[in-house]
Amino acid sequence: MLIFSGLMLLIILIMQPLNIWHHGENIAVLFPKGLIGVEERNLLLIVQALMLVIIIPVYILTFVFSWVYRADNPKDKYDPDLVDNFFAECVWWGLPIVMVAIVSVLTWVKTYELDPFKPIESKNKEIKIQVVALQWRWLFIYPEEKVASLNFLQIPKDTPIRLEITADAPMNSLWIPQLGGQIYAMPNMKTELNLIANEEGDFRGSSANISGEGFSGMTFITKATSKEEYDKWIALAKQSSKTLENKSYQALALPSMNRETEIFQLEEPNLFNKILNKYMQME
Amino acid sequence: MFGRLTTDAFKHEASQNAAVFGMIVTGIALIFLITYFKRWKWLYHEWLTTVDPKRIGIMYIVVVLVMFLKGFADAMMIRLQQVLSVGDSQGFLSAGHFQEVFSAHGTTMIFFVAMGAIFGLMNLIIPLQIGARDVAFPFVNALGFWLFAAAAALNLVSLAIGSFARAGWLAYPPLSSLQYSPNEGVDYWIWIVQIAGIGSTLSGINFLVTILKMRCPGMTLMKMPIFVWSCLCSTVLIILAFPILTATLFMLAFDRSLSMHFFTTDGGGNYMMYVNLIWAWGHPEVYILILPMFGVFSEIVPTFSEKRLFGYASMVFALIFITFISFIVWLHHFFTMGASPFVNAFFGIMTIIIAIPTGVKIFNWLFTKFRGRVHFTSPMLWFFAFLLNFTVAGMTGILLSVPPIDFQVHNSLFLIAHFHGMVIGGVLFGFFAAFTYWFPKFTGYVLNEKLNTAAFWCWLGGFLLAFMPLYMLGFMGATRRLDHYEADTGWHSLFIIVAIGAVILFCGALIQFFGLFWTIFDRKAHLDQTSGDPWNGRTLEWSTASPPPVYNFATIPVVATRDPLWTLKHAEEDPQEPEYEDIYLPKNTAVPICMGFLSLIFGFATVWHIWWLGALSFIAILLCLIIRLSGKDEHILITAKEVEKIETSLKNKRALNASYHLT
Repeated sequence: MLIFSGLMLLIILIMQPLNIWHHGENIAVLFPKGLIGVEERNLLLIVQALMLVIIIPVYILTFVFSWVYRADNPKDKYDPDLVDNFFAECVWWGLPIVMVAIVSVLTWVKTYELDPFKPIESKNKEIKIQVVALQWRWLFIYPEEKVASLNFLQIPKDTPIRLEITADAPMNSLWIPQLGGQIYAMPNMKTELNLIANEEGDFRGSSANISGEGFSGMTFITKATSKEEYDKWIALAKQSSKTLENKSYQALALPSMNRETEIFQLEEPNLFNKILNKYMQME
Repeated sequence: MFGRLTTDAFKHEASQNAAVFGMIVTGIALIFLITYFKRWKWLYHEWLTTVDPKRIGIMYIVVVLVMFLKGFADAMMIRLQQVLSVGDSQGFLSAGHFQEVFSAHGTTMIFFVAMGAIFGLMNLIIPLQIGARDVAFPFVNALGFWLFAAAAALNLVSLAIGSFARAGWLAYPPLSSLQYSPNEGVDYWIWIVQIAGIGSTLSGINFLVTILKMRCPGMTLMKMPIFVWSCLCSTVLIILAFPILTATLFMLAFDRSLSMHFFTTDGGGNYMMYVNLIWAWGHPEVYILILPMFGVFSEIVPTFSEKRLFGYASMVFALIFITFISFIVWLHHFFTMGASPFVNAFFGIMTIIIAIPTGVKIFNWLFTKFRGRVHFTSPMLWFFAFLLNFTVAGMTGILLSVPPIDFQVHNSLFLIAHFHGMVIGGVLFGFFAAFTYWFPKFTGYVLNEKLNTAAFWCWLGGFLLAFMPLYMLGFMGATRRLDHYEADTGWHSLFIIVAIGAVILFCGALIQFFGLFWTIFDRKAHLDQTSGDPWNGRTLEWSTASPPPVYNFATIPVVATRDPLWTLKHAEEDPQEPEYEDIYLPKNTAVPICMGFLSLIFGFATVWHIWWLGALSFIAILLCLIIRLSGKDEHILITAKEVEKIETSLKNKRALNASYHLT
């Protein structure tokens, strides 16, 4: 039985690398394409390694003790009155305290460093994009470029992207794992997410928080390209036959599970704030 | 007349119809069997109106087993849908129905399986371990159980009439608000949880007072068995946390039924407050569930290592530490709601600190084995599985509690793998261990060890298959609660492995049910020949007969050490001949079951806006209370002579049982 347990443990240990080898680039969190994602991945690996320093000995001790002190082992020492030992207990209060202290310092520093509201430093000028979670689609507004897109996000690589996020729907969560962590998209509230793509590619984005019937289909493609291609896309979008102002927005805001991409010229520059303040009573 | 209840409420998808049909057939079969064997009177007098915690405990376990099957069926549907619904295929459930299923799965498993298991164990074990004949408030305890049972019944009713909530097991607004969920589903959820929650508060109060006031002479706080300590901490958490849940649910109900604006998006409401409040209850709730299981393993490991518990004082301090700190970590459930880094870092570090006392516990269990004699019985096997899964889940829990890491795995299947590791690997395996360990105490029979072991390997292997790939799926960007995903995500193969794991788990559960029935069927072969102490125990519950007489102890024990039975077994002198005394026990009452039934009607009426029925049943509940509170607290008397008679017959039975051993 012990051998079986060991085997199971071995299976998990082997399974993870096998998975990584098999799925490779699909494993967004472990193989991110942007600085924020990389930082978060590195932190994950460091904390994981620190944990293993304690957990591996615990596993080994479990098996060793259980085996050596099994009831039918003729050679074992039996000492039923060994029920406390001040020194030993100091050790296992102390060990986790030291470990927790290290992880805590790391947590404190990194939480400030990777605050999603914090702008990313870069030589390239950041691009502001406003995101609205609808029922059940994503609307991306480029206020400075005066365009908007539905279920599709185009960004240039190596350029900080500042996402301002709200919802005209139940609470959602915007997550593009290949670029970095998520943040909630909430009605009446504005959250921010600063991301950057350091490689070109199509990255899957989705809503990570249940928001109703069409929730599973709330995926979109984030297309990271060169600056030139991005500019080309903006120019093309500006010539779109569709326009986005208050009235056409009302139609978009209706619940829909249509997942097609659409591109708009933005005619109402204040649209995002209007959505944000939808429930505010203006006196 | 019938509020918003129309015939549409009875129309369902095929899978749900099958479940409802199965439920009705089972119900009719049960009624038929009870009538056929003329057991109605017995059922009424011995069980339904009982205030004996041992019987209430067994009834808790029965409800838990039923609800466990329901919750498990939900889980299987979720996994099957996720295997089938990829790319062009849409699976066998509609999105709405799928969302009902996962909401029901979480609600059922937490409120009716895990909570029920905890209260079942508390009822069964606490009075025996503290050397008491009864609990402090037998009526309140029975009422707590019947409210729990009423809520469980309402949960089953929601399967047959109308639809369940589609907003997840914690029903965050705005999704659960009238604006986005106008139908009866969320109301079902509110009243199911509300009734169960009030029951939990009552039971919690009863057990806190029982532990503090009913201990036998000599048992100071620091001489209590560690399981009692863990329950003490758990009940403190219940009393502090559950009122938050009750208040929050009332506010949500007022929003929905009385057009108030606590958590709405408009009218000055703030749904983020709900998220805070629900987790201010929800996080302690996790510890309400896991602490008693720490206690269970702290009983099992020493018993099967033939030692006393290593580092008792450390264990107690660790429990108290966890109890305290579990109230200041709730925000780690929503780091992604946009709090400042200061707030996130604070709550993250508080969460990581919980690893310290938990780690200490694990070391203490390990060193309990050190220089002991470890027996690989099935409760001990569950301990190994617990240790394996709980440490993995604990480790991923630490990852989740570091805010920047949480951003990347929150709401993904990584999170699901983490908390199922806690709840299955911790709470459920703990319950299985406790069930196997204490089963002989309440039946006089030992569960079939071969079947137990077979079930154990199914559970361990199935668990690893069903949940380890979820960590990887989370890394691959798979979020929770998806009823459909695209083929190019590369998730499909892993989802298939996960579903196979779920099937193996189900086999494990089936073997356990079979083992339970087989043990009862083939009683003679499974007789506990020691008639009370099959495992060579250390604590008081093993000093009385199995099953214990209604008064638990003929003479109230007097203890001087932490492990009184251990001390007794190692003592030189022979125990004195006991002197019996008159014993007073509380009298059976039908009021709790009536109030439970009325609560079920009240809940149902409120869900469907049948206001007249709701008002009537509420008045009836109040009347029941008034009747009970105006009456005298009645007791039954068991005279010293009767006690002596029972004790003698128990002694004879003991001799007879022991003789099976010889033949």
